[in-house]
Amino acid sequence: MATYSTTEFKGGLKFLMDGQPCSIVENTQVSPGKGQAFNRVKYRNLITGKLVEKTFKSGEKVEAADVVDTDLQYLYNDGEFWHFMDATSFDQFQAEEAAVADVTKWLIEQDMCTVTLFNGQIISVTPPKQITLEITDTDPGLKGDSQGTGGKPATLSTGAVVQVPLFVQLGESIIVNTEKGEYISRAK
Amino acid sequence: MPSNRPFSLSEGDSLRARLQKRSQLLQTVRAFFYARQVCEVDTPLLSSAATPDVHLHSLSTQVQVPGTKDPQTYYLHTSPEYPMKRLLCEGSGDIFFLGKVFRDGDVSPRHQVEFTMLEWYRLGFSMFDLIEELAGLLKSVLGDLTVETLTYQQAFKTYAGIDDIFNASAAECQACLTRFNVPEIVGVDNDDKVLWEQLVLTEVIESQLGRTPTGENRITVLTHFPAREAALAQISADNPKVAERFEVFINGMELANGYQELAEADIYRARFNESLALRQANNLPAVPLDENLLQTLQAKPLPDCSGVALGFDRLFLLQQAFSDIKQGIGFGALKS
Repeated sequence: MATYSTTEFKGGLKFLMDGQPCSIVENTQVSPGKGQAFNRVKYRNLITGKLVEKTFKSGEKVEAADVVDTDLQYLYNDGEFWHFMDATSFDQFQAEEAAVADVTKWLIEQDMCTVTLFNGQIISVTPPKQITLEITDTDPGLKGDSQGTGGKPATLSTGAVVQVPLFVQLGESIIVNTEKGEYISRAK
Repeated sequence: MPSNRPFSLSEGDSLRARLQKRSQLLQTVRAFFYARQVCEVDTPLLSSAATPDVHLHSLSTQVQVPGTKDPQTYYLHTSPEYPMKRLLCEGSGDIFFLGKVFRDGDVSPRHQVEFTMLEWYRLGFSMFDLIEELAGLLKSVLGDLTVETLTYQQAFKTYAGIDDIFNASAAECQACLTRFNVPEIVGVDNDDKVLWEQLVLTEVIESQLGRTPTGENRITVLTHFPAREAALAQISADNPKVAERFEVFINGMELANGYQELAEADIYRARFNESLALRQANNLPAVPLDENLLQTLQAKPLPDCSGVALGFDRLFLLQQAFSDIKQGIGFGALKS
């Protein structure tokens, strides 16, 4: 198994801590002129998403984590797993609910997603930043309100709920920012 | 507000302004010593010897010396201490050095591999005389800051709640880190008291030093470090557990490190040999000792003096409220 020494630490480095893949967010070297050097490290546990801080004695080693980010096409959900495919090799991957729970409401069949694989298993999925979805439920709203003042909740075809302007109607398609979960505009 | 970038040639007026500020600070520091009849010396950067200090890593290079077949290894100095002490032995009188030194592997918002150091020695000065002079220099650059002086032991009591650090256990140090919500430490043995003690200093105490309770900058001086960290300072005459060594902090950052200087050649050799043994125990390469220094100390004793080294780039950072010393360094600044 490959290892990294503290001298190799830098933002983005993927390593194993207690068997779980982690990614370094910030690494600061602490070198007192007359003492042992340490590395103050902030890292994200890629399974739980939690930000953790630890201080490593310089020279300590950590195990490298086999973590890669790749673009995969979302195929379908069979009720238990979410299926993705490499559009070049046609290799298929299935994700458990824990890996996609935060983003299922933004997954559209055929869309390309950025997928993080750990030892070949999907641990997280990032949908496209902007997607277009149809409104399946919303209050009629006020006629003649085209200024977008105020807003109302709208349920989208994937089950996501976003705030939309009053003039947007049932059956229309809208563009949504998936990072913020916010309405951007009507789709043409 | 100063920009958050290292200065570059493309920044026009702000480049010129920053160059002038740095130039002005260099002048201020030099004028301070000229006014006190302290002579500037520019000792060699290259030496066939290196510091054996286990925590300092010297850069090395190959020099083709006439009369030898293979190039010889020379080390870039990590501080001008050894040649300056040779000059003191030879009768130089009060001297200062203001120039570049090199320490391999250190890059952070407070470190650069190549940085500018101010180091000076004053004959007949006690550690406290030198602290007073240093405080005067700092005030002339940073404004009229108040000075807090306390011993290493008092600092552990005041800022970490450990009454007697010299007799505290490793477990007490670990409990202190927990009490102050310090993130988990990886790689330190449970019973390694010395390292746990260092961690209390760097992770709990240091960030509180050089700052008043209301958040203003002040000069905090820690004195009387443990004898094992004496480096080349004298052991205190009235307490063999501590050394006549001090460090100065402003706004949570170490700025200077000074000693009442050890004089005896035999003790220099003994401490160098201890460091070499520690290097071996830590699988670090051995380095040649500075025999020129050791022989000079033997032949012409070091006069009674105190000396201190100060990070010039950190002083510039404090003066200009930079967040990273590389903002005040032109070419050659490395990214962390």
